Amino acid sequence: MSDPVTRPPLVTPPATSARRTPKETQARVALSLRRRYWSELRFRAYGLSAVLLGIVFVVFLFGTIFMKGASSFRQTYISLDVFYDPAIIDPNNTHKAEDIANADYQAIVRASLRARFPAVESRKDIRDLTRIVSGGASFDLRKRVLNTAGLVGQRETLWLLASDDVDMLMKGHIGRGTAADPGPLGENQLVWFDQLVKSNALELRFNKTFFTHGDSREPEQAGVWGAVMGSLFTLAITLVLSFPIGVAAAIYLEEFALKNRWTDLIEVNINNLAAVPSIVFGLLGLAVFIGFFGMPRSAPLVGALVLTLLTLPTIIIASRAALKGVPPSIREAALGMGASKIQMVTHHVLPLAMPGMLTGTIIGMARALGETAPLLMIGMVAFIVDVPKSVTDPATVLPVQVFLWSDSPERAFVERTSGAIIVLLGFLVVMNATAVVLRNKFERRW
Amino acid sequence: MTPAALLVVLVGLALVGYVLGKSRALATVGGNRGIRNLHSLPSYYGALTALWCAVPALVVLGAWGAFQDTIIIKLVTAHMPAAVQSLPESQLGLVINDVHNVVAGNVSFDNARPEIRAAAREYIEIRSIARYALTALVLAIGIVGMVLVRGRISPEFRARNAVERIVEWALIGCSLIAVLTTIGIILSVAFEAARFFGKVPWYQFIFGLEWSPQTAIRADQVGSSGSFGAVPLFAGTALISGIAMVIAVPIGLFSAIYLAEYAHRNFRAWTKPFLEVLAGIPTVVYGFFAALTVGPLLRSWGEALGLQVASESALAAGLVMGIMIVPFVSSLADDMITAVPQALRDGAYALGATKSETIKQVVVRAALPGIVGGVLLAISRAIGETMIVVMAAGLAANLTANPFEAVTTVTVQIVTLLVGDQEFDSPKTLAAFALGLVLFLVTLALNVLALHIVKKYREQYE
Repeated sequence: MSDPVTRPPLVTPPATSARRTPKETQARVALSLRRRYWSELRFRAYGLSAVLLGIVFVVFLFGTIFMKGASSFRQTYISLDVFYDPAIIDPNNTHKAEDIANADYQAIVRASLRARFPAVESRKDIRDLTRIVSGGASFDLRKRVLNTAGLVGQRETLWLLASDDVDMLMKGHIGRGTAADPGPLGENQLVWFDQLVKSNALELRFNKTFFTHGDSREPEQAGVWGAVMGSLFTLAITLVLSFPIGVAAAIYLEEFALKNRWTDLIEVNINNLAAVPSIVFGLLGLAVFIGFFGMPRSAPLVGALVLTLLTLPTIIIASRAALKGVPPSIREAALGMGASKIQMVTHHVLPLAMPGMLTGTIIGMARALGETAPLLMIGMVAFIVDVPKSVTDPATVLPVQVFLWSDSPERAFVERTSGAIIVLLGFLVVMNATAVVLRNKFERRW
Repeated sequence: MTPAALLVVLVGLALVGYVLGKSRALATVGGNRGIRNLHSLPSYYGALTALWCAVPALVVLGAWGAFQDTIIIKLVTAHMPAAVQSLPESQLGLVINDVHNVVAGNVSFDNARPEIRAAAREYIEIRSIARYALTALVLAIGIVGMVLVRGRISPEFRARNAVERIVEWALIGCSLIAVLTTIGIILSVAFEAARFFGKVPWYQFIFGLEWSPQTAIRADQVGSSGSFGAVPLFAGTALISGIAMVIAVPIGLFSAIYLAEYAHRNFRAWTKPFLEVLAGIPTVVYGFFAALTVGPLLRSWGEALGLQVASESALAAGLVMGIMIVPFVSSLADDMITAVPQALRDGAYALGATKSETIKQVVVRAALPGIVGGVLLAISRAIGETMIVVMAAGLAANLTANPFEAVTTVTVQIVTLLVGDQEFDSPKTLAAFALGLVLFLVTLALNVLALHIVKKYREQYE
């Protein structure tokens, strides 16, 4: 907006125009009109470019994340002939499950690799060779042996998890390295890599690990399932607590409370809480729930309590708007028929306002799902491998998992982080779409 | 019985109470045919019985659950050897923690020290006695409540009014939670901050120019006494928020104006939700974007231009934060612009103003208070934003106005001070609460002011 003093006047002042002929005035106006139309056009261009810039941001943001993350849903596997050597798995021939469980499956992987590359002899080379297969492959083998009867002594061809460096090279995220700057893979490892690719023994397959496992220090073994379960536990309790409380508070404020200073105070307070930084809620959770009440750290239960307080204002505000949208005639009719005030609310107003309240709640839940900072405060950032089984088990949630992985130095974790973001955004899209559908389907105009 | 099992039993008891109350009410008037002689519907008698059965018992159960541990620990410590009892508070806390671990089965009995083993045994013993007592007490309260109400049921008994009064109190209680949250925030943050200011003088915190919160672990360590001058943090926060607002306000304002005044209806219908997507993206995603895409990009551009750009520059964090705030500014501005009455625009057109002149000199001026309120809200959000700065801004407390350097912010320091293991009474931990207090007060002041302005503005045209 230009300064009022320097802005040229829209209409020439009468004092000077009195001395001009109409022709001169016309010429002046025509001139100023051209300038004014130009500025009109410019202003419009500013507006359009602001909108386009916003759109470019959205596209760029989603574009980079999908480009980085799409490959995390596929994972490199190595095809190997595995011999379940009884001498390794069950050397004492006991057939006991615990002996079989404790066997050295890494040795089986090593033996299969040596069978594939018989030329490899020296200790160092063998060590390098084992590194192209993930450490997780031996766990997979163990699980397979324990779950399938009669495998010991058999041979089969299996697709085993490759290490993260091989995976990154396969996907083209890292180069082969130069003499000056060798990549993570050594020279001989690159030779084996090429041989495996040539014989079709390396393949990108659907990354099941990513969706079934918890966190891990090894990128190729890390999955989002633990974080997804943590998020589900946290959100479930948040929903159970915040929806009834939020709706009840909204009903009281909208239908029962008298207009006085006290209710004004509550209203101002709720509006302010909605704008308090989320990290402050984390401080509250740390000081009150963990410090004062001694609740366990890192538990979804505590996270849910904090998120409940965080989402309550959103839900209350949305629910009040929904209640306001129900026309007074409905209330008067119910009261006129002899309903009590509570009956009027529960039988008539509440069902009519419910779609709006649900929409607000879903949006509040979506916000809670994406919330990270307050959960860092209450210790949900711990490195947790196990998938949580209850609301008091230590757990982490999806956005915190994103934060943790984004800190990891391995190249493969960049891809995992983007993959986890895609999963998170997927959940958010589903929730918001549900809210929109709900609104369009049940919204009533009175 | 464990508290969880007790809860289930209590719910069952309440259901029994409902059935008994309802049947009793019907029995007083001779079954379904006499129902019109009852003051309230039979279900209200049932509900009242159930409520009186469950609610007092639940209150007792909740209070017991909250205080049981504290009380048992008090009893157990009283029986510990005198040497343990005379330990300073922090070490006593460690001992109690050990006891908890043994009780929970995290540490086996055989591995624990003898005094802890004894304490854990005593703890378990007291707890099992307490559980018996609790079970008896809760069930007794439930049954007594049920019997009392059932005894009072008669056709004239106003059950509906009684139930509704309870429901109304419950509604009031729910609306008070918001107030309690605020009080909780103020008390918890202020209490810890007061402890911090007991160790570090407040003027040193507010005006000090050096921030290095690492305190010595051992008493004889050199050069790590910790200094808590928060000015670099305030400056860093202001710098990053400033950059964010420089991005967000023009883009947000201009896109709101364009969409509200110029855009075709179809264009608006498609673009507006598209831009609002930005508001729904979790901040951790923005942080990742800032740290791994924008940061390196700016760095390489800076190198091409011969500029020194830190990889965790204030610019990258501010830029991405600005993008995040765009939809916030634009949706508020949009509200304000559409609230300006059409008559004002028509008046300007009638005087021969072009559309942009009308917008610049009439619409925006009329909407100015509302827009200022919206911008204040956006600033408060920028100051309180955490994840973007944690991931994309640095930890180094540089006092600089150069956007290419790394700065740190209040929220980053709160997170770094509090994440990980920490003891509750070191100045390092307490400093986070002092920063939290400052953050809360500043954002609160901005919010109160902004909401007040916006409310006044809305009333003006209503």
